[in-house]
Amino acid sequence: MAERSFAREVEDLKLGEGEIFRGEGILAITKALLQSGVSYVGGYQGSPISHLMDVLADAKDVMEDLGVHFETSASEAAAAAMLSASVMYPVRGAVTWKSTAGTNVASDALSNLSSGGVTGGALIIIGEDYGEGSSIMQERSHAYAMKSQMWLLDPRPNLPSIVKAVEDGFELSEASNTPVMLQVRIRACHVHGQFVAKDNRRPAFTLKEAMENPVRDVNRIVLPPASFIQEKDKLERRWPAAIEFIKARKLNEFFGPDEGDVGIILLGGLYNSVLRGLQQLGLADVYGNSAIPLYVMNVAYPMIDDEVLEFCRGKKAVLMVEEGAPDYIEQSLHTLLRRRDIQTHVSGKDVLPMGGEYTAPVLLKGFTSFLERWATPLLGNRPPVPDPSPVLSDDRVKALATVVPPRPAGFCTGCPERPIFAAMKLVEKELGHHHVSADIGCHLFSILPPFNIGSTTMGYGLGPASASAFNVKADKRAISVMGDGGFWHNGLSTSVGNAVFNKQDGVMLIVDNFYSAATGGQDILSSRATNPRRKTNNSIVNAVKGIGATWVRQIDRTYDVAKMRDTLREALTTKEPGPKIIVASSECMLNKQRRIKPQFNADVKAGKRMVKERFGVDEDVCTGDHACIRLSGCPSLSVKPTDDPLKDDPVAAIDNSCVGCGNCGEVSEAAVLCPSFYRADVIMNPTGWDKFLAGVRQKVIGWLQRRRENRRVLFAAEGA
Amino acid sequence: MADNLPAAAHRFATVKPVSIAILAMGGQGGGVLADWIVAVAEAKGWVAQSTSVPGVAQRTGATIYYIEAVPGMEGVHPTLSLMPTPGDVDIVIAAELMEAGRSVLRGIVTPNQTTLITSTHRSYAVSEKEKPGDGIADPNLVISATDFAAKRTIAFDMEKIAAKNGSVISASLFGAFAASGALPFERADYESIIRAGGKGIEPSLKAFGAAFEQVLAKPKEDPKAGPEKNLPPLPATAGHPALDGLVQRIRTGFPENLHPMIYAGVRRLTDFQDPAYADEYLTRLGELHARDRAEGGAAHGFAFSLEAAKYLAVAMAYDDVIRVADLKVRGSRFDRVRKEVGVKSDQLLYTTEFMHPRMEEVCGTLPRGLGLWIENNKGLYGTLDRFVNRGRRVKTGTIFWFLGLYMVSGLRRIRRGTLRHQREMDFTREWLEKASALLPVNYALATEVLKCRRLVKGYSGTHVRGTSKFDRVLSSIPLLRDREDGADWMRRLRQAALIDEDGIALDGALKTVASL
Repeated sequence: MAERSFAREVEDLKLGEGEIFRGEGILAITKALLQSGVSYVGGYQGSPISHLMDVLADAKDVMEDLGVHFETSASEAAAAAMLSASVMYPVRGAVTWKSTAGTNVASDALSNLSSGGVTGGALIIIGEDYGEGSSIMQERSHAYAMKSQMWLLDPRPNLPSIVKAVEDGFELSEASNTPVMLQVRIRACHVHGQFVAKDNRRPAFTLKEAMENPVRDVNRIVLPPASFIQEKDKLERRWPAAIEFIKARKLNEFFGPDEGDVGIILLGGLYNSVLRGLQQLGLADVYGNSAIPLYVMNVAYPMIDDEVLEFCRGKKAVLMVEEGAPDYIEQSLHTLLRRRDIQTHVSGKDVLPMGGEYTAPVLLKGFTSFLERWATPLLGNRPPVPDPSPVLSDDRVKALATVVPPRPAGFCTGCPERPIFAAMKLVEKELGHHHVSADIGCHLFSILPPFNIGSTTMGYGLGPASASAFNVKADKRAISVMGDGGFWHNGLSTSVGNAVFNKQDGVMLIVDNFYSAATGGQDILSSRATNPRRKTNNSIVNAVKGIGATWVRQIDRTYDVAKMRDTLREALTTKEPGPKIIVASSECMLNKQRRIKPQFNADVKAGKRMVKERFGVDEDVCTGDHACIRLSGCPSLSVKPTDDPLKDDPVAAIDNSCVGCGNCGEVSEAAVLCPSFYRADVIMNPTGWDKFLAGVRQKVIGWLQRRRENRRVLFAAEGA
Repeated sequence: MADNLPAAAHRFATVKPVSIAILAMGGQGGGVLADWIVAVAEAKGWVAQSTSVPGVAQRTGATIYYIEAVPGMEGVHPTLSLMPTPGDVDIVIAAELMEAGRSVLRGIVTPNQTTLITSTHRSYAVSEKEKPGDGIADPNLVISATDFAAKRTIAFDMEKIAAKNGSVISASLFGAFAASGALPFERADYESIIRAGGKGIEPSLKAFGAAFEQVLAKPKEDPKAGPEKNLPPLPATAGHPALDGLVQRIRTGFPENLHPMIYAGVRRLTDFQDPAYADEYLTRLGELHARDRAEGGAAHGFAFSLEAAKYLAVAMAYDDVIRVADLKVRGSRFDRVRKEVGVKSDQLLYTTEFMHPRMEEVCGTLPRGLGLWIENNKGLYGTLDRFVNRGRRVKTGTIFWFLGLYMVSGLRRIRRGTLRHQREMDFTREWLEKASALLPVNYALATEVLKCRRLVKGYSGTHVRGTSKFDRVLSSIPLLRDREDGADWMRRLRQAALIDEDGIALDGALKTVASL
C-alpha cells in the first residue's frame, strides 16, 4: 500500500480516443505506455517517478484487462534486467527509476542489453533528479547513453510532447534495435497539464506467446565473438538506423525564423526556460514565437549531424544550451564542425555556468553575453529585465537572512526512527562519538539537527559496506545504518553478506519501518501488510541469520528507547566477533496513521470504546532547556513563548498533531530529563464500568484537591 | 539580422502569464492549494500550469509550488515556465511567516509587482527549537522586510482561521488568494472548486469564507512575538490578612516600578511554599534593595533590585520533587489538561506522567541530616538507588498514584528542613554575595550576574549542566569586574551559554574574555 491512493488517477488511465487527460507529467507517461501497447512495466520507486509506479500498482485491473504485466522490481538492476524480455521477442517493455542514482545501479544490465540489442521496443524512463528539489548527487545521465550507445530522449516539458516521446521512443527502439532512455526532469514529472488521449492498446505479441515459443540467438549474448559483432552492429547498422528514423520522423524541432546570424541549440527539456529567458529579453513571446532560430534537440543522443550542420550553416555563431557537466553535446558540436571545417562559432558553457540548474535568469544572463558578442542589434534598446537585486541588497532583507531558519526535511511526527536516533544519542553520551556510516532512506535525516548522526552515505544498501574498512582492532566500533528498503535493494548481499564473510567487527542497525518509506510507502519483502499480489512478511532477521549472521537482535518497538539504548550499548561493547546486527522495527507512522485513522474514526462513530493517546507538557514544570527537543525534533513537539514573568525562555509544547507515539515520554524517562511530559489517554465511548470507576476516582481526588485548596493561603489566579 | 528584428518583434504577443508561487512546508497542503488554483483558472477558460519539486521535502521540509496562468486563446498554446523568475512573480503565497521571509530572500517578492499573501503564524524550525535558550527568530525582521519588498501584503493568522473552522490552512490561504483579486474571478468560482473536491467540503468552505472576509475587513495584522508577560499591578487587597501584609510590605518598602515584578515573585513563592516564605523573600530582597540604593541604584532605575526581584524568586522557587508533585495533582491542572487535549464532556481523560526519580532526589527530599548521612554512606545509597532509580509511569488519575503524589506534595511542610533546600539556599547566598560585592565597583556587571541565574534550570543532568555553565560564566567575574564593558561581556557569555547544549560557544566566548 503506497502512501497515496491513486484510485482517481487510475480512472484517467482508462480514457479513450479524443478524451482530455488532465494531470501530472509522470501520470501522462503512464497513460502513454498503455497507449503504446506495452507488454510489461517494471521499475524501482523514487522521486520524481514514484507516482508512475504507484499508479500502476493501483491500476491492476486496467493492466489485467490489457494483458500488461507490472512488477515492482527489487532494484533498478532487476528492472533493467527485466528488459531482456524484449531481446528476442517483439514485446514492448518499459522500466523506470530515478536517475542518475538508479541508472548507476542498473548499468550492468543496461550495458548488456544495449550490446546485444533488442527486438521489441525497450524504453527506460528516467526521472532526472537534478537541480532544486533533488535528493541525490548532481550528475548527468547523458553519459550512460553515450557509453552504451543507447538513445536518449529529452522532450519539451509539456504533456503532449512527453506523451509523443513515449510513443516515438518505442518505435525508435524497434527501428534501431536499441534500448531508448527517456529523460524527464523533476518539474516536468510534476507538471500539471493536459493532452488528448488515445485508446489503450493490447500488446500485439504477448509474453505468454513468447514463453510458449522460445527463441534463441547466440549472437545476442554478450560473449566473444558475438560481443565484437555486436559492437560493429551497433556502430554500423543500429546507429545509422536510429539517425534515419529520428530525421524521418522529425523528432527534433526547429522554431523561430529560418534565417539568422545566430541560433540557439537546446535540449528539449530546457525549452520552456529558454523561451522565458528570450521573452524577458523581448526576443520571444508566450506563444513560442522567437526572433532567434531555435534547434530543439528532443533527442539528446545521438546528435543528428545533418540537422546540426543545416542549422549552423550561414550562422556566425550558435549557442548550445545543455544543463550540467560535462558539456557533452557542446564537445560533440565542436568535433563535428571542426571535422566538416565549418567556421560557425560554438558558444555554450563559456557564457553559461558549467553546473547548476538553468533557470530563466541564468539563461538570460548567458543569452545576453552571447548576443552582445555576436548579435548586439537583437538586444535592441534593452528593456528592463526582472531584477531582484535592489530588494536583495536592502539592509532590511539582509537582516532577514540572519533569522529565516533553514528547513530541511526531517522525521515526520511520530516517526519510529526518531527513538532509534535518540537512543544513539544517549549511547553517544555514555560511550563517546562513533564513526557512523549512513545509507539512503528516511533514516538519513539523522545527519541533520537535532541528531547530527552519520558521516557518509555511499549508496542504497551500502551503509554497512561503507564501514567495511573499519574492521581493525580499536577501542570503538563503527556503526552503520541501513533501512529495510536498502536492505532488500541489495544490502543483504552487499552489506550483510560482505560483513559476515569478512567478519566485520561493527554494529549494523537495520531500520525496518515496514515500507520503502522515503519513496512513498511502497511494500517491500518485509512489509507486514498482506498484499494479495505480492509475498510480504519475509523476516529480515531470518534473512540475515540465513546468510550467516550470529549476533542478531530484534527490537519490535523502536519507541522503547531504554531497550534500544541498552541493545546498542551491548552491541558496541560485546566481545563477540563479526557483525552485530540490530533490526529495529516499527511501522512508518505516516503510513500507519493513514491505515488506522479511518478505522479508528469509524469505530468511534460506531460507538466502540476507543482510547486516543497524545502527549502534553506541563508548562509550569518545564524549565525551557529544550533537551527533550534535542533528542527528538518531532514536528509536533515545539516551543511556545510563555507569559510567566519569571521565565525567560520559551517552554516546550505539544500540538494537536501529536499521534501519541510515546517517544517524548520514553526519552524523558530514559534520559532522566524532566517530569513535564504526560500522556493523555482520552477514552471515547466509555463503558458503564469506565464511568463508574471515573466517578469514584473523581470523588476521592476531587475531595482531596478541594481539601488542600481550602487549607492553602494563595493569591487568586490572575490572568494565568 | 538587425533588419529582421522589427519584423519578428511586431508579431509578438504582449500577453504575460500571471505567475503565482506557493511556499509551504511538507504536509501543509501546498499541492492541494496549487491544484485548486489551476482548477479555478481552467474552469474559467484559462490555461494554467503548475509544477513543484516536492521530493523529500514532503517530509516536513520547505518546498515551493509554482503556477502560471494565462487566458486561453483559440488555436495557440502558451509555453509556460516551470519555475519562478526572481523579480517577476505576481503573487506569492506563504503558508507560514518564515516562509514569507524565505520568499523575500529568494527574490520573488518585489515592490513593483508582488502581492504577498502570508499566514503570520509560526511553525518553529528545529534550529529555533533546539537551543537551550530562546532561539525563536524575530518576526519583526520578517515584517519589516516583507512590508518593504512587497507591493501589497495580506498577512494574518490563516492557520488559526483554518483551525477555528475545522479545516486546514490550504483552505484559508485559498480564501485569502481569492479575495486578493489576483485573478479576475468571482468568489463563487472559487467556492465551486472546493465543492467539486472530495472531502471536508463544508469546513473548507467555512475557512475559505472566513479568510475571504478577513481580507476585505482587515488584510494585515502584525504577528505578536509571544504573549505579554503576566505582570498585574499590586491589588488593593488580596483577601487574606497574611497576603495583605505581603502586599503592604511591597507597597511601602520598594519603589513603584519594581512592584509588579516583586508581586509576581511573592505570588510564586506563596504558591511554592506559603506566605511566610514569601515574606522571607521580601526580607532578602529588601536587604539587596538597600545595598542597591546605597550604591546609587536610583540613577540606574534600581535595575539591580528589579533583576533581584525576578531571579531571587526563581532561585527560591527551585524545581524540586515536592513542587512537581504539587503541580501535577492540582485541580486546576486537571482542568487545564482537559482543555488542552480537547476532551469532550462524554469522554474520560487519564494522564500518565513520565517520571524517573533517583536516589539523589529522594535524599534531597529527606531532612538534611538523614539525607546527608545516606549520601555519604555509598553502599546504602547504591542499594537504595537500585530500587528507586527507574522510570515510573504515574497514572495521576487513579487513586493509588494520586495519593502517592499527593503525599509527596504534602512534604511541603518539611521542605525548609530538607537537604535540597539547604543546598539551594547555600547556592543562592553565594550567588547573591558575588553579585552584591560587585555593586560598588561595577553596577551593570552586578546586575548581569543576577541575570545569569537564568542558566540554572531543568532537572537531573540538565540541571547539572546548567549549573556548570553558570559556574563557568561567573568564573569570569575577576576578569570583568574592572572593565567598563564588563557587563556587555557577561551578557555575551550568558548568550553564548544558551546557544548549544555542550557549551562549545561558551568555551569560545570564555577564551575571548580571557584574552581581553
